[in-house]
Amino acid sequence: MRFMVLVKASKDSEAGVMPSEQLLTAMTKFNEELAGSGALLAGEGLHPSSRGVRIHFDAGKRNVTDGPFAETKELLAGFWLVQMKSLPECVEFFKRAPMLPGDCLEIRKVFEADDFGPALTPELRAAEDKLRAQVDKRS
Amino acid sequence: MTAASPDVHRAIEAVFRIESARLIAGLTRIVRDVGVAEELAQDALVAALAQWPESGVPDNPGAWLMGTAKHRAVDHVRRDRVGARKVEELGHALEVGAAASRVEDDMADALDDDVGDDLLRLVFISCHPVLVTEARVALTLRLLGGLTTDEIARAFLVSEPTVAQRIVRAKRTLSEAQVPFELPRGPERVARLASVLEVIYLIFNEGYSATAGDDWMRPGLCEDALRLARILCGLAPGEPEAHGLCALLELQASRAAARVGPDGAPILLLEQQRARWDQLLIRRGLAALERAEQLGGAAGPYALQAAIAACHARARRAADTDWARIAALYAVLARVQPSPVVELNRAVAVGMAEGPAAGLALADRLNHEPALAEYHLLHAVRGDLLAKLGRHDEARVALERAAGLTRNARERGLLLERAASCAAGVAPRR
Repeated sequence: MRFMVLVKASKDSEAGVMPSEQLLTAMTKFNEELAGSGALLAGEGLHPSSRGVRIHFDAGKRNVTDGPFAETKELLAGFWLVQMKSLPECVEFFKRAPMLPGDCLEIRKVFEADDFGPALTPELRAAEDKLRAQVDKRS
Repeated sequence: MTAASPDVHRAIEAVFRIESARLIAGLTRIVRDVGVAEELAQDALVAALAQWPESGVPDNPGAWLMGTAKHRAVDHVRRDRVGARKVEELGHALEVGAAASRVEDDMADALDDDVGDDLLRLVFISCHPVLVTEARVALTLRLLGGLTTDEIARAFLVSEPTVAQRIVRAKRTLSEAQVPFELPRGPERVARLASVLEVIYLIFNEGYSATAGDDWMRPGLCEDALRLARILCGLAPGEPEAHGLCALLELQASRAAARVGPDGAPILLLEQQRARWDQLLIRRGLAALERAEQLGGAAGPYALQAAIAACHARARRAADTDWARIAALYAVLARVQPSPVVELNRAVAVGMAEGPAAGLALADRLNHEPALAEYHLLHAVRGDLLAKLGRHDEARVALERAAGLTRNARERGLLLERAASCAAGVAPRR
């Protein structure tokens, strides 16, 4: 199963403070271990929200606002996408991530087709496939 | 002892799953016996289960487990030496004692040495040719994949005691044959690596196209195989075929969600909804293929199969498939690794590139191939090609024959459906 491990933003990440060489070295080592275990699918760091935008959806209206955004704790600074046998395996692995005091990681299970259960009827799935195919053709 | 919460137990099991391969690899280097090493690792797990619920999971649980296991390993070696001394009735106990303590120092150093090489040695020993295939598969999943015997049993639809016995026998065989814990070199390495790749591919295929049972796929097993393949690439980054295999598995896995219908029935490649193909795995597969080719391995059997899978992955619609290239790649594969199954696949590709008559001519050459006599796909392919040529009666007979030969219930249903549409004189949808 797949998990997305979200790195919550901090004051430093939002201020664009680059991690120390020591931290980068530790992070490289951690990522190598993750890759070495066959679990790492993808992972990236994100620029501060000051370089991002938000799109707000209202009835028939789309409002785009520029960053930075205020609620630091709700913002993201990066992510990993990993393949693990179970949530506890993912938790135990990421307890070893070289984070700083005050940092927070949030682990979320990625939806897979079977997770939708009976709510995803064959008709709905067919419709979703059709949509995906259209998007695919346009992109 | 206080009653441990299930959470702590789950955490300990998760830590053990992460650490067990490294533990067993490091311990095998000391005790020179995979079976003993695994027992020592299990002892360390039992110790953790006894202590951690009260003391909490240590900050560095891997080091805790390794430290605990290492002490036991040193005890084990010391006991062995004392035993050996008694047996041989050596008089110079002092000298032996000094040698033993030197060995203990070496062992302590050894544990801090390159863990990667020990893991690679463990991969090679688990897939050693002295073992029968089932034993290699079970041992690899157990020691490298960290699966329990129960998990392996469920994945392969056999009983747990069967798996447990396979593993016990495998460890005994390795011990009796005194298989060295080593990195094979030269020509031996090529053969030994081929065995490792074969085991991983077997595990993947059992998950990808279950040979028995009611389900068409067992995705958990595919994921285990993929992780093993990626681990192998990390341990042996200079081996082009390791990357070739990894590329092949990533590319095949990218289609997993598309090859099963909502009712659980299989959907064949050309009818799959390509929007459901996993683009992340496709990118990873193409990158691994590129690495295999950069390392000079373009003509390796796994790299060639990956290159064929890549042709499908690159085609946005089934109609865009470069069948001429696929047929050419199969022709190379047939030279590198001659096999009737490869010839059969080449027949399919040629049938697509040059028309069903050309494909059927190739497939018909395989009719008297003893290796394919019981192979359902030969008849399935012939049935398809015959149907395309409008020879519906012959097509129906071939498809029914294929249905009678497959052991997979889902696949049988699909083949009978196609046979029925032939009987009705309609060309079956592929």
